[in-house]
Amino acid sequence: MAEHTLDFKEQFEIPSGMKKWSLALIIIGILAFIIGLFTKGMGTNEEKAVFLGTLMYNTIFWTLVCNASMFFICATTLAMGGWQMTFRRVAEAISTLVPIFGIITLVILFYVIATGNHEIYHWLDSKQVAADEVLKGKSGFLNVKFFVIWSILAVGFWSLLGWRMRKISSQADAEPMDFNTGSAYLWKNTVTASLFIVWFALTIGSTLPWLWLMSLDAHWYSTMYSWYVFASSFVAGVALITLWVIYLKNKGYLEYTNQEHLHDLGKFIFAFSIFWTYLWFSQYMLIWYSNQPEETIYFKGRVQGPYKGIFFLNIIINFVCPLLILMKRSSKRNYTLMTFMAVLILFGHWIDFYQMVMPSVAKDHVTLSWFDFGILALFVGLMIHFVGRALASKPLIAKYNPFLKESIVHHT
Amino acid sequence: MAKKKFVVGCFDNEEVLFPAVKKVRTAGYKIRDVYTPFPVHGLDHALGLRETSLHTAGFIYGITGTATALGGISWILTYDWPLNIGGKPHFALPAWIPITFELTVLFAAVGMVYTFCYLCQLAPFVKKHHFHPRATDDLFVMVIECTDKTNVEDLKGFLSSNGAIEVNEQIAEEGWWWGRYDKDDEKTLEKEIVAA
Repeated sequence: MAEHTLDFKEQFEIPSGMKKWSLALIIIGILAFIIGLFTKGMGTNEEKAVFLGTLMYNTIFWTLVCNASMFFICATTLAMGGWQMTFRRVAEAISTLVPIFGIITLVILFYVIATGNHEIYHWLDSKQVAADEVLKGKSGFLNVKFFVIWSILAVGFWSLLGWRMRKISSQADAEPMDFNTGSAYLWKNTVTASLFIVWFALTIGSTLPWLWLMSLDAHWYSTMYSWYVFASSFVAGVALITLWVIYLKNKGYLEYTNQEHLHDLGKFIFAFSIFWTYLWFSQYMLIWYSNQPEETIYFKGRVQGPYKGIFFLNIIINFVCPLLILMKRSSKRNYTLMTFMAVLILFGHWIDFYQMVMPSVAKDHVTLSWFDFGILALFVGLMIHFVGRALASKPLIAKYNPFLKESIVHHT
Repeated sequence: MAKKKFVVGCFDNEEVLFPAVKKVRTAGYKIRDVYTPFPVHGLDHALGLRETSLHTAGFIYGITGTATALGGISWILTYDWPLNIGGKPHFALPAWIPITFELTVLFAAVGMVYTFCYLCQLAPFVKKHHFHPRATDDLFVMVIECTDKTNVEDLKGFLSSNGAIEVNEQIAEEGWWWGRYDKDDEKTLEKEIVAA
């Protein structure tokens, strides 16, 4: 390596257009929030529930999507993957949002808990729980104390371990590594990444979707649910990484990232779209087949009720489109098509989170309105703003990472 | 069974092989194939091979499997012999999806395996000439077809000057045959090994 010098633009400078757009989106979002607060948030219990539910699915969606970036980093680290090194800093930059969005999520969830809003979380009503055998049986898990402590621990450890992964990554900027420092560096990476993965499995892989999302239908349960939420957030997370990679390439950065890397990201999106469908369908089919009233109640409003259109839109965007469009090799290597698919997948899984939450909160009619898109604009604006800042704060490529060469010569 | 004359050049390094392939092709020689001990990325492009259509065949087999499953099950369960199973509708699509999926995979997988064997001319007892035994170990073996006009000595010199560590000329069966190597190989091959 000594005789090769790497030639690339190290420093990302935030373009003025990006600043303007992110600010505009944040302002639109804040306006939507304020108008929503006065038109919905102050109204009847039902209106309040719609207001809070909308905030909930947006915050949870964006927290989990950004956390999926750190999962991507840790999973590839543990697999001793090298191909992602030329754009790994992009995923790192997205993962810096976990503490920010995590705290917003906690504030909203704890507000729901503190006000005892049993329109949203039925199990908050202690009188109902005492009279209900099913809820009484679940109360060892579904109670305020466990909810609060576990949520804080989850967001805390994601942020802490993510911060540590990013700090280790910065050490590869300073000076070349010989064999011994290189292996010590990889070992440090491996240890932190495995801790993150274990914690990820204990939270997103199992308990957290039960607490945050599944308990909206307090009587209902599904063992597929957490994996389904994970698959949804992970495929959207890879789509978000892809979008940022393509954006940076368009601006003339990331010289060493090319179609080969894009192809692999496309494979991830394709494969995890299929995986998501597999879980989505397994959950649906078993409940449809056994036809138990306490289980089918979840799909009653979604498949046969007012949310029918959104339910089928969900499966078309998130399964049929990626299956047919991303199947061909040439489409995974096409920047325009991949941009389109990444946006479509992100939107599709946002809709997926919408239909996880809102049919349980507002059973009678579809609530999708200007307010949902306003809050979405707020989060997109915040995401662009903070990811841009995080990208600008570090070199775009960790020059002395032992795996960098493998990524530069990567060939799919 | 048609025998042909080939000139074989062996390389021990990928990085020497690529420029050599390029030069041999621009010089106008026809490369029959390059046998390598492992898949070499980009060699197919260097050789100017077209993309395989195996995946298109796979897609067609898959679609055939989907159609067979959905057509078969729906004909049986809605028309030929409708049964009431657990009060479900006769056209119970969700329940059929697993079988549909499995038949799709089965058709695609089995179809592609046989297509692959056909394209590569692989079958039990089918034998083909090996140009160099070390092609499965550590040598990259480039095989060039000779015509009447090919000047073999020139070509050998050309290969050596481009980094081939071993060059020879072989008259060998170009297709495949039924049989056994230990008995038949000598019959189908007149070796004329000339050290480089």
